[in-house]
Amino acid sequence: MLGIIGKKVGMTSIFTEDGKNVACTVIEAGPCVVTQLKNKENEGYNAIQIAYGDKKEKNTTAAAKGHFAKANTEAKAKVIEIRNFRADAESDLKMGDTITVDIFTEGEFVDVVGTSKGKGFQGVVKRHGFSGVGMQTHGQHNRLRAPGSIGASSWPSKVFKGMRMAGRDGGKRVKMVNLVVMKVMKEQNLLVLKGAVPGPKGSYVIVEK
Amino acid sequence: MDLIKLVEAEYISKVEFPAFGAGDTVTVHYRIKEGNKERIQQFQGTVIQRRNSGIAATFTVRKMSNGIGVERIFPANSPFIEKIEVNKRGKVRRARLFYLRKLTGKAARIKEKRS
Repeated sequence: MLGIIGKKVGMTSIFTEDGKNVACTVIEAGPCVVTQLKNKENEGYNAIQIAYGDKKEKNTTAAAKGHFAKANTEAKAKVIEIRNFRADAESDLKMGDTITVDIFTEGEFVDVVGTSKGKGFQGVVKRHGFSGVGMQTHGQHNRLRAPGSIGASSWPSKVFKGMRMAGRDGGKRVKMVNLVVMKVMKEQNLLVLKGAVPGPKGSYVIVEK
Repeated sequence: MDLIKLVEAEYISKVEFPAFGAGDTVTVHYRIKEGNKERIQQFQGTVIQRRNSGIAATFTVRKMSNGIGVERIFPANSPFIEKIEVNKRGKVRRARLFYLRKLTGKAARIKEKRS
């Protein structure tokens, strides 16, 4: 598995060749640098570590500087690891190589990982998709969006662990699977994907194929 | 340059249309696919609004069909639009002519712009 780090630019819509208007997300992806290749013998698993985005040198720790120096690159802002990548078997990528949007072709299916927009403290209707009471009259007073019963009385006499309740919503890692690559713009390092991608504009996303 | 606009620029309709606005009477030649046959349908009426910008731009055309008002919203950048003809330039004082929906017959007329 190979991927690339990018930033979500925003959404728009485009017309396909058969005239359909489809909603798309634009991602500014790469170029990324390969900073480490992990394998079964040394680390116990196969993975590729890639880095993206510039970072000021004064904000970089000495340890990180040394790590980037090994790959012959400057300090990078975002470093991620993609598992199950075998350097010898899947491609001849070496440390210090750059990965660009070239790895994607139009019409291909990709997965996108991002951090969803934070929603703050939300009730059970928004957070877990409860249906609420469904009535506004017949004595509902202010219980329209309440969760209802959270457990029985004499047995079990407690609320089970993991009971879905109100709380912080959003701001979680979300993966969108099987988005179609509509367009690859190599000069501008842009990817146009069909559909929505988690997170606000300007947030980091990982596009995997 | 705004990266979104850069992407949109690739898809914005390359067909040149005459400038038109609210109040104008236009004929839109629209390609329609039926199975694997294609034909061109014409829709003539008054433009009552132009909306949005860039690739998302649309315009609404209103006509009276057998005494029933029919409105159709066209995406301005749709590849199905073959041609737009401007039949008449209307003289109107606002950009959105929703008041026409309440008017019929003589009252729904729009004065022609004198060129």
